[in-house]
Amino acid sequence: MMTSNGHSTIPGRRKFLLDSAGAVCGFGLLATGLGIYSGKASSLPAGAIRPPGAIDEHEFGGACIRCGLCVRDCPYDTLRLAGFLEDVTTGTPYFIARDVPCEMCEDIPCVKACPTGALDPDLQDIDDARMGLAALIDQETCLNFQGLRCDVCYRVCPLIDEAITLEMLHNPRSGKHALFLPTVHSDACTGCGKCEYACVLPEAAVKVFPRKLAKGEAAGHYRMGWEEKRKAGRSLVTPDTEHQYNLPQGIQYEHGGAGLKQDTGETPFAGDPLKTLNRHSGEVQ
Amino acid sequence: MRVLDTGPGQHREKNGWALHRWLVFRRLTQLGILGIFLLGPLAGIWIVKGSLASSRTLDVLPLTDPYVVLQSLFAGHVPGITAITGTLIVLGAYIILGGRVYCSWVCPINIVTDVAAWCRRTLGITGNGWRLGKSTRYWILGVSLAVAAVTGTIAWELLNPVSMVYRGVLFGFGMAWIFIIGIFLFDVFVSRHGWCGHLCPVGAFYSIPGQISLLRVSAIRRDQCNDCMDCFRVCPEPQVIKPALKPDTAGSTPLILSGNCTNCFRCLDVCNRDVFSLTQRFDHRTTPVTTNQGEAMT
Repeated sequence: MMTSNGHSTIPGRRKFLLDSAGAVCGFGLLATGLGIYSGKASSLPAGAIRPPGAIDEHEFGGACIRCGLCVRDCPYDTLRLAGFLEDVTTGTPYFIARDVPCEMCEDIPCVKACPTGALDPDLQDIDDARMGLAALIDQETCLNFQGLRCDVCYRVCPLIDEAITLEMLHNPRSGKHALFLPTVHSDACTGCGKCEYACVLPEAAVKVFPRKLAKGEAAGHYRMGWEEKRKAGRSLVTPDTEHQYNLPQGIQYEHGGAGLKQDTGETPFAGDPLKTLNRHSGEVQ
Repeated sequence: MRVLDTGPGQHREKNGWALHRWLVFRRLTQLGILGIFLLGPLAGIWIVKGSLASSRTLDVLPLTDPYVVLQSLFAGHVPGITAITGTLIVLGAYIILGGRVYCSWVCPINIVTDVAAWCRRTLGITGNGWRLGKSTRYWILGVSLAVAAVTGTIAWELLNPVSMVYRGVLFGFGMAWIFIIGIFLFDVFVSRHGWCGHLCPVGAFYSIPGQISLLRVSAIRRDQCNDCMDCFRVCPEPQVIKPALKPDTAGSTPLILSGNCTNCFRCLDVCNRDVFSLTQRFDHRTTPVTTNQGEAMT
C-alpha cells in the first residue's frame, strides 16, 4: 500500500504483523492450554473402569465421541458418563465396581451400541473382556487371609475357579488349620468388579483396577528354572540329585505333593489314628 | 419472547403471530428435540437414545455429529461403520437444509445466546462490545483439530459447551451449567453475538457445508426495503444480509449465500415489508410472482 507521497504505510503493515502475531500467540496459547488440560484430564483414576471392549486408554480418548449410547444400552445402569470437572475425561463412559459392577451380559449391548468402535466390536465373548484386573490388595483385612472361610469374592466370580481360585496353604497361626487364599488369575479375570462389589468388608479388600495399574510384568529375559526344566523334560543344568532325608526305612518323601509315603505307595498314616500309633506294636512283641 | 424494539417512526403492521412465527417454530423444534431425547431417561419412552454427538432413533436410524467425527479422525481413529453412516446422513440433511440450521434449530446454546441478545437489546446495550474477528471461530476450529491430532484425544470435547449442556441435561449436569452462565454473561456484557457469532467452532464447522446448502433465504422483494434495520438488529450473523439486501452491484443475486446464515428465518418474521422469502439456492428471482398482502397493508 502506498500513500500519496510515495512512502509505504508502515503503520498498516505493522498493524498487520502485530495482528498476525497476536492471533498466532493467542491461538497458540489456547492450543497449548487445551493440550495440557487434555493431558491432565486423560489420566484415568484408579477406581474408574472402562466398559467391556474399550480400546487402549490412550486411544480411547480419540475414538470415543462421548455420545452416551453405551450408557443408555447398559441394562443394569452400570455405566455412567463423566461430567465436567470429574476426574474421568469429560463425557466418557466408566463404572465404579463398588457401586455397580459389570454384569457381563452375554450379548454385550454396550459394545453393540458404540457407533465408533471405541468399544471394540470384535469382542464377541464377554469372557474375553479385559475391563480391568481384580487384585486382592489388602491381605491384612481379607477374612480368608485370617484363616476364615469368607470366600465371597470367589463365590460371586462369574469365572469361578478360573479368574479367582482358592489356594490352600498351611495356617501357621493355629498350626493345624488351612488358609484358603483368594487368588486372581490375570489370564481369566475380566475386571467385571463383582468381587469388589461383593466383598463383605466395609472397605473392599479385593479391588478392580485398570489392568496397567494392577498387573506387573516380568522382564523378558527372566527364565524360571523349573519351567525350563518342565519344557525340556530334563534339568538343563547339573543332573538332579535326589535329596536324602533321614526317614524310617521304607518311607520316602515325594515332592510332587503326595508328601510322605511308604514304598508300597501308601502313606504311613492310616485312616484310623490309633492304628497309626499302634502300627509297630506287633513287630516289637 | 417479547416484541422486538422497532426503529424510530416505524409502525408494526404485523400482528404477534406473524412477527414470531418462525421463532416459535424454532423454539418448538429445539425444545422438541431435547424433549424426545429426554423422554427416554424421564419417562422410559426410548424414541431416541444417545446425545447430539451420536444418537440412534427408533433403534434403526443412526445420526452422528460430523464435527466430532472429524476430530476423532484427526486424533487418529477411523470410526466404525455406524458412525460413518450417521455422519453422512447428518451432513446430507444439513446440505439440504442449511449448514448452520444446526445452530438455530437444534443447538441448546442458541436459546441461551438468543436470550442474551434479547437482554442486550432490552437493556439498551449498544455497540458490539469486545470486537472479535470474524475469523476467530475458524482459528478455534483449527486449534481443536490440531490439538486432537497432537494429543490423540478429542480435546475440544473437554470444553465444548454445546455437547456439554446436552449431556448435562440427559446424563446429569455436573458442572456444565457454568458454561451456560458464562456464555450468557459473555454475550450480554462482553461481546455482541460473541459466542455463536465469533467463537463457537461447531458453528464454524457447520458453516462449511452451509456454503453449498440448498435451502436459502432470499431478499426477493429487496426493492420494498425501507431501511428500518429490523432484520440487521435480530440477525445473529448480520453481515450475511447486506450482500443480498443492499448489493454493491445492482442486479446481483438476492440470495443470502453465506455459509454463516443460520436459516433461523427471524428476518422473515420481523420484516414489515416481507422483503425476505424462503427459497432454494438456484432461485435468483428478485421480483415476487404475486403481490403479497404485506404490500397491501403498507
